[in-house]
Amino acid sequence: MSEVILSGIKKSFGANLIVKGVDLQVGEGEFLVMVGPSGCGKTTLLRLIAGLEQVDAGEVRIAGRRVNDVPPRDRDVAMVFQSYALYPHMTVRENLAFGLTLRKFPQVEIDQRVAEVASMLELSHLLDRKPKALSGGQRQRVAMGRAIVRQPQVFLFDEPLSNLDTALRVQMRGELARLHRRLGATMIYVTHDQVEAMTLATRVAVFNGGVLQQVGPPLELYNRPANRFVAGFLGSPAMNFLEARRDGQHLVGKGFTLPAPADLSPDAARVLVGLRPQDLRVAAQGPLTGTVDAVERLGFDGYAFLTTESGPVAARFDRGTVVSVGDKVSLLPMSDALHVFSEDGATALRHPADRESLGVAS
Amino acid sequence: MNRPSALKMAFVHLGLSLMCIVTLYPVLWVVKMALSPTDGLSLTANPFPETVTFEHFREVLFGTDAEGRWLFGRQLLSSLVVSGATTVVGLTLAVTAAYALSRFRFPGKEGGMQALLVTQMFPATLMLVPIYSILQKLRLLDTLTGLVLVYATTALPFCIWMLKGYFDTLPRELEEAAVMDGASPLQVFLRVVLPLARPALAVTALFSFMTAWNEFVLAATLLNDPTRFTLPVALQRYVGEYKVEWGKFAACALVVSAPVMALFFALQKHLVGGLTAGGVKG
Repeated sequence: MSEVILSGIKKSFGANLIVKGVDLQVGEGEFLVMVGPSGCGKTTLLRLIAGLEQVDAGEVRIAGRRVNDVPPRDRDVAMVFQSYALYPHMTVRENLAFGLTLRKFPQVEIDQRVAEVASMLELSHLLDRKPKALSGGQRQRVAMGRAIVRQPQVFLFDEPLSNLDTALRVQMRGELARLHRRLGATMIYVTHDQVEAMTLATRVAVFNGGVLQQVGPPLELYNRPANRFVAGFLGSPAMNFLEARRDGQHLVGKGFTLPAPADLSPDAARVLVGLRPQDLRVAAQGPLTGTVDAVERLGFDGYAFLTTESGPVAARFDRGTVVSVGDKVSLLPMSDALHVFSEDGATALRHPADRESLGVAS
Repeated sequence: MNRPSALKMAFVHLGLSLMCIVTLYPVLWVVKMALSPTDGLSLTANPFPETVTFEHFREVLFGTDAEGRWLFGRQLLSSLVVSGATTVVGLTLAVTAAYALSRFRFPGKEGGMQALLVTQMFPATLMLVPIYSILQKLRLLDTLTGLVLVYATTALPFCIWMLKGYFDTLPRELEEAAVMDGASPLQVFLRVVLPLARPALAVTALFSFMTAWNEFVLAATLLNDPTRFTLPVALQRYVGEYKVEWGKFAACALVVSAPVMALFFALQKHLVGGLTAGGVKG
């Protein structure tokens, strides 16, 4: 029983309300990723769970126990910091053993656990080094090892991969996923990187401005975003948004007319149409036209960034298509690709039917 | 970067050499006085002794007073005890105060910091009279304990500011990591913060030690018994009302400054490292 339950959490620093009433349940063994832009309150929320900050209102429960007034060391949680926060004056071995030494574990057990974790993370040959003699990836592994060695109920990660280069980040992402499968512990992970969120999470929680926007499995959030913010935050390049009004069987905006989806309620007079760049094709003919501002070729395919009468729009094109800056091109949406949101973007009105092919996200 | 021309380098070296001579000349004179057999001031420009004798050093180091007591030994001991105790007492108080001022929020913090600064604006001699009467009330006049108390107190503000500045540069996440690892506030302080603050501690300790070692005015006022004198006060003995024993004075001055020079020499790398420690995050 190591679930984490947050109810009505509020936290402010001075006059700034950073976390504005968050309710969130993290089940046992779950890998929950909290994402959002900087300043959205996700790190603060993590520190509230850790006990490094005190909640102003609401309740934090870990493993069924109310821990609002429990100091961090008695919450049975471990945290991996963005800067790793390894103790510079201690060797890797001492870093790993520090938590156990403080808790007065018998030396035999400390040695055994440290050896076990070190071999799990391939740190065995580095145990007598100081942190400054390690590479970034090795420091990262020591930081994780320091958390693992204590066998806590809950792991907290604060953007642990953000200081690594891309290749190492991909590798560590794999190791983290493996670690989660192996330990089966509850993990709460903060990042601003949506790729980490999509690849690691069993569930993703998207935050903006201190408010939880939506929580669910990664693909559900990708396929059925609850509002404009979630839709725009997940997926790369971001979803295109076009203002439109209902005109009979059509949605009409500046410079385009699209057939209205049959399942869209006729009450919605003014709406926001959401189209993922992957659902738009550069074609000879299409309902949307614009001038190409920039082209990103990724090898297998690429993205064209256009200016249209309705604003900037990104669209995917295949390897065979020739697109250059300055071209006037047409865009053709794939069938049933329209997300429709209320005019202010606060609620979703319809999503495309689930398609298996969407499983391959960008 | 261009290599400076040979001519420019020559001028630079000439200038630096001149500065060295100007700085070292008086020091050489002291050495000359200490090594010359006469006790007077020889008014010649030559900074090197004509004849060399270690008689002054012998008298300073091994001379006894009328009652046959070996004064130098006792005075060296009191200097060491006073400077050592000042360092220990001052540093213990300063390090805890500085940590609290760096990390915790409490009423009176800003005011306290400024009050510490204000005390540094007044010359030490200004406090001579109040300190004298306070020590008299406490019956600590003419005791080394009293002197240690006074030295530790006067050194505190500087030490606290120095250490607080260093603590401010230590990343907070290290302490938070220790808290998550299960450390109590005291354990965080003793096992994470203090070991990391070693360079700053070294500088501050050296400062306290040297200040106490070299201090004259307070020691001369508060101590009466020659067997308890610290070395700077003992030096004064050679400067009498009618006669100045320049040879012994110079020899003793050299002996007194030797330990400080040795300490400085040994720790100069740490000193520079410690003083600039705040600049670069390590």
